[in-house]
Amino acid sequence: MEMTGAQILTEALLREGVEMVFGYAGATICPIADALLAAPGLGYTLVRTEQNAGHMASGYARVTGKTGVCIVTSGPGATNLITGIATAYMDSIPLVAVTGQVPSIQLGRDIFQEVDITGAVLPFTKHSYLVKDAAQLPRILKEAFHIASTGRPGPVLIDIPIDVQDQLVQDVEFPEAVQIRGYNPSVRGNDKQIINVAAAISSAQRPVICAGGGVFLARAEEELRDFAARTAIPVVTTMMGLSLFPTEHPLNMGMIGTHGNAAANKALAKSDLLIMIGTRVADRAIFSPDEIQKRMPNIHIDVDPAEIGKNMQSTIPLVGSAKIILQQLMERTLHADCGEWLSQLQALRREELDRTYPEQEGFVFPGRLLKLLGERLREDAAICVDVGQNQIWSCKHLRLKGGRFLTSGGLGTMGYAIPASIGVKTAQRDRQVVAVCGDGSFQMSMNELAAIRARGLDNKILLLRNGVLGLVHQSQTRPPYHGPFGVHLEGDPDFAAIAAAYGIPSLRLNREADVESTLDAFLAEPGPCLLIAEVDPAWRTTD
Amino acid sequence: MKQTISVLVENQAGVLNRITSLFSRRAFNIDSLAVGVTDDPSLSRITIIVDSGNSVVEQVEKQLNKLVEVIKVRRLDESALVGRELMIIKVSANKNNREHIMTICNICGAKAADISPTSMTLEISDTPERVRTFEDMMRPFNILEVARTGVIALQKGSGKI
Repeated sequence: MEMTGAQILTEALLREGVEMVFGYAGATICPIADALLAAPGLGYTLVRTEQNAGHMASGYARVTGKTGVCIVTSGPGATNLITGIATAYMDSIPLVAVTGQVPSIQLGRDIFQEVDITGAVLPFTKHSYLVKDAAQLPRILKEAFHIASTGRPGPVLIDIPIDVQDQLVQDVEFPEAVQIRGYNPSVRGNDKQIINVAAAISSAQRPVICAGGGVFLARAEEELRDFAARTAIPVVTTMMGLSLFPTEHPLNMGMIGTHGNAAANKALAKSDLLIMIGTRVADRAIFSPDEIQKRMPNIHIDVDPAEIGKNMQSTIPLVGSAKIILQQLMERTLHADCGEWLSQLQALRREELDRTYPEQEGFVFPGRLLKLLGERLREDAAICVDVGQNQIWSCKHLRLKGGRFLTSGGLGTMGYAIPASIGVKTAQRDRQVVAVCGDGSFQMSMNELAAIRARGLDNKILLLRNGVLGLVHQSQTRPPYHGPFGVHLEGDPDFAAIAAAYGIPSLRLNREADVESTLDAFLAEPGPCLLIAEVDPAWRTTD
Repeated sequence: MKQTISVLVENQAGVLNRITSLFSRRAFNIDSLAVGVTDDPSLSRITIIVDSGNSVVEQVEKQLNKLVEVIKVRRLDESALVGRELMIIKVSANKNNREHIMTICNICGAKAADISPTSMTLEISDTPERVRTFEDMMRPFNILEVARTGVIALQKGSGKI
């Protein structure tokens, strides 16, 4: 069988089960475009800037568990994609990013739209390839999907010069398996350490489970819920672990960290055994690891051995897949006698959940709005949240019944929510999908309203409008700084008119009394809808 | 404390770049790094000398292991390794002090690699300490240029990594 490099690429994507490609056209990927034209089995979503191809592929990957794929052109196309790749890397999202490249014989001569993209993304890709021979493409693609999706997942970049895309290869064979001698991630936990973990749990009086995004990545949600239920150990999550448990689940104490809940932070600070599962001890989650490490022993379960001991020394390290390790643990008899500890925390948690909210004429308080939104969402809804005050309010106040909470936790990339929610919707048309943005982050991705319209999607977007980059504003109005600078969004457009220009209806909300009926109307809208909620710029995330 | 890490990697373009990029990105300080192909042409061995505490060196090992093209990483026991560095050193020399220089070379096990009416170029392959001693001994003769390879090392005995 004779195939071009570009045809090998599309055939390999189909063999990997890829159904959707997110991309943007360009001169150096014309051969790939031609191959896509002849591969109707591969869906294609045209983004409006390449960064969002990465975010859409990320949203797609996170809800399907499959590897997200994006294809962009060389030079500026590739550099625009960098933020998407770095965002995925920080949150360990499996992506295969394909970039076009100038002809291989001209590499290094700074010709039109040439950039060393494999060099540029080196620090934040799991692996990368610069393809010099199309005959290697079947192997490279097989490896790329394997590396992206196994162990600790992450983005893999494949840079393909245009002449390699056009190169004819005879007798193409697609490998069934990969053989990479330097890559063999651990899956099963060490049996001796499993026994040690079980023993530590049995002797703890105030244990706490701290679960992170790694639990989703390992698809260990069920195992974690079983494990917590069986041991009745209270659970806190990181931001990336939100929605592992419903907000009101009796064992869920909320989110830890700088912007976390009081009950969750108390659980962490006062516990006598910290059981970390799929979390990397990030600074926003565990602010002072040295202090925590001194106070209590910790069990650290992670698929990436380098995370253990990186930010905090571990008492009982356990390397492997969270799913398999939790199964191994549940094969043992687990005793945890911490009923009193749990009821103390539950009382504090209840107080937090039953709190009241500030009111201000002409505005709606985001906390109450998000609580009521969460209560109205379907159980399996996906909610994609941007970065800034909107993110912190969502983490604190959304009443999740389950479903999936998605945000850019590690890199904190503004503009993530809308493209990620499009990625989710593209994969799962029947799923209820809502994006939450501030007016800063909305304007970073509002061009993707075109993708919503072009693909006939029914995404809902909640825009918390306060005319300010609120979270930075909060920092700038605290010592040692002397006041806000460069955070007032003067020149904000009429957002309803922006939506209308894309044929998307909108609703406005500026009275607490209207919140429930407006949310009902918003969610009942059959197509896409933008809800603009007026938020007092004086409100802080701590209110 | 100086520690020696031996790394077996795929002998492919770009691998060294991945390794040095990792060191700068993770803010690891390296004293020296030497690379060369092994008896198996598909493998290169990189010898890295790191001057850091145990927990940092452990992170270095773990991060190196994450690179797909890294096949094996091993910290070598300082008391059980053979480590050598090659230095080529050019000093000012003339008919009055050549013999003096050669005496020091004989004591230190260095050799003359080149000679001119006004200079001598000497080579020495030895442990980093002895190479340094030789360099110190050459200092009074006005050192013109120095090139050194960085340490390469293997563990003693019949074992291999």
